[in-house]
Amino acid sequence: MATDHDHADHDDHDHPHPHPTRPDDDGALSYYQAMEVAVRELLIDKGILSADDVRRQVEDMDNRTPARGAKVVARAWVDPQFKARLLAEGNPAVEEVGLDRGPYKLVVVENTPDVHNVIVCTLCSCYPRWLLGLPPDWYKSRSYRSRMVREPRVVLREFGLDLPDNVAVRVHDSTADMRYLVLPMRPAGTEHLSEEQLAALVGRDAMVGVAVPAKS
Amino acid sequence: MAHDPAHSHHDMGGLPAGAVEATEHDYAIWEKRVDALMVLLSRKDCQHMTVDELRRNIESLGAEAYDKLTYYERWMHAISQTLIQRGVIGIDELGRKIADVEQRAARGEL
Amino acid sequence: MSEAAALPALFKSGDPVKVRFAHPPGHVRTPYYIRGHTGVIERLCGNYPNPEELAYARSGRPTQPLYRVRFLQREIWPDYSGSHTDTVDVEIYQHWLQPA
Repeated sequence: MATDHDHADHDDHDHPHPHPTRPDDDGALSYYQAMEVAVRELLIDKGILSADDVRRQVEDMDNRTPARGAKVVARAWVDPQFKARLLAEGNPAVEEVGLDRGPYKLVVVENTPDVHNVIVCTLCSCYPRWLLGLPPDWYKSRSYRSRMVREPRVVLREFGLDLPDNVAVRVHDSTADMRYLVLPMRPAGTEHLSEEQLAALVGRDAMVGVAVPAKS
Repeated sequence: MAHDPAHSHHDMGGLPAGAVEATEHDYAIWEKRVDALMVLLSRKDCQHMTVDELRRNIESLGAEAYDKLTYYERWMHAISQTLIQRGVIGIDELGRKIADVEQRAARGEL
Repeated sequence: MSEAAALPALFKSGDPVKVRFAHPPGHVRTPYYIRGHTGVIERLCGNYPNPEELAYARSGRPTQPLYRVRFLQREIWPDYSGSHTDTVDVEIYQHWLQPA
């Protein structure tokens, strides 16, 4: 059980252990947990936001899962014109499948037999949250952020993805105002699947670029 | 390793590091609320902070704090620093409120 | 206010550019590893307020052209062991770029 030490990030140490949910419990607040309550209450007192605003925003974020991004990918797989629009201008295309265009400019990068794309933010943790939800810890870790730009193939192998030399690896460092989504290649043998079934094949990791979708 | 003051600690692209542990955790409620605060405060119709101020305050934590604090602890630090810098909240009132929160928590009232 | 609203773009897709080798203190979005290196403009992303100034609650105006710049990995890292066609694309603000 992971309760014998009190931290969440794994930036600096190398023993693997599982990380289940860490519930708020027992009234013992850490300094920053107390600060969160205090700042929130002060902001509510000052009328800058309401408790409802916070509740709604937490719910909104909870509802944002990678299934949103998968919808975009599946549509691009079945509709070549949509795919062309998506690659040219991500935000309006995303609206076509019923999603919000998001607060940042979306750049969709396409995997092909010659090119494999992978996303990183070396400076912090920029991520297309409105399409994929909150990023996983590893995306924000020192190891990923340091090494993905420098030795992408080695890191991808750690994720179980081994790419031959004739496939160029294209790393995108999300340093400014763009946010990125990888459009993976449609797996072979999926011609008979519906758009919904195709979307179910597309996981978060494939849209970040550390995995590719499997046929089933 | 000698510290190069021109090379900021958060700017880690290309530096050596260990294997990526592909672990993740479900976010605790307090972490989701920190995230929510940031989103709400930086919205165009609120504009009490920007993501840039968040980042600058995180980056100026110093290497040890940057490494030892968790992701949302860094965010919470940066949110309160930004609000203080902008004069949205005062340091004294924040300190009093934190103490009040801690006392309520100890009494099981939170 | 007499400042221009948006600075004009100096570069276009395909232009070779060099990233300035400078290390200002404060908030900077040009990663250390890419400074001093030469790449090619992949696209103009648009004009955005300067994050270096936004970080201090200033306006960041006039807005800067922001580009995606593509670099060959083998030219960035002396010991790069991947394919010679591998690249890294980085978003870089115009004021960090010079013609190469």
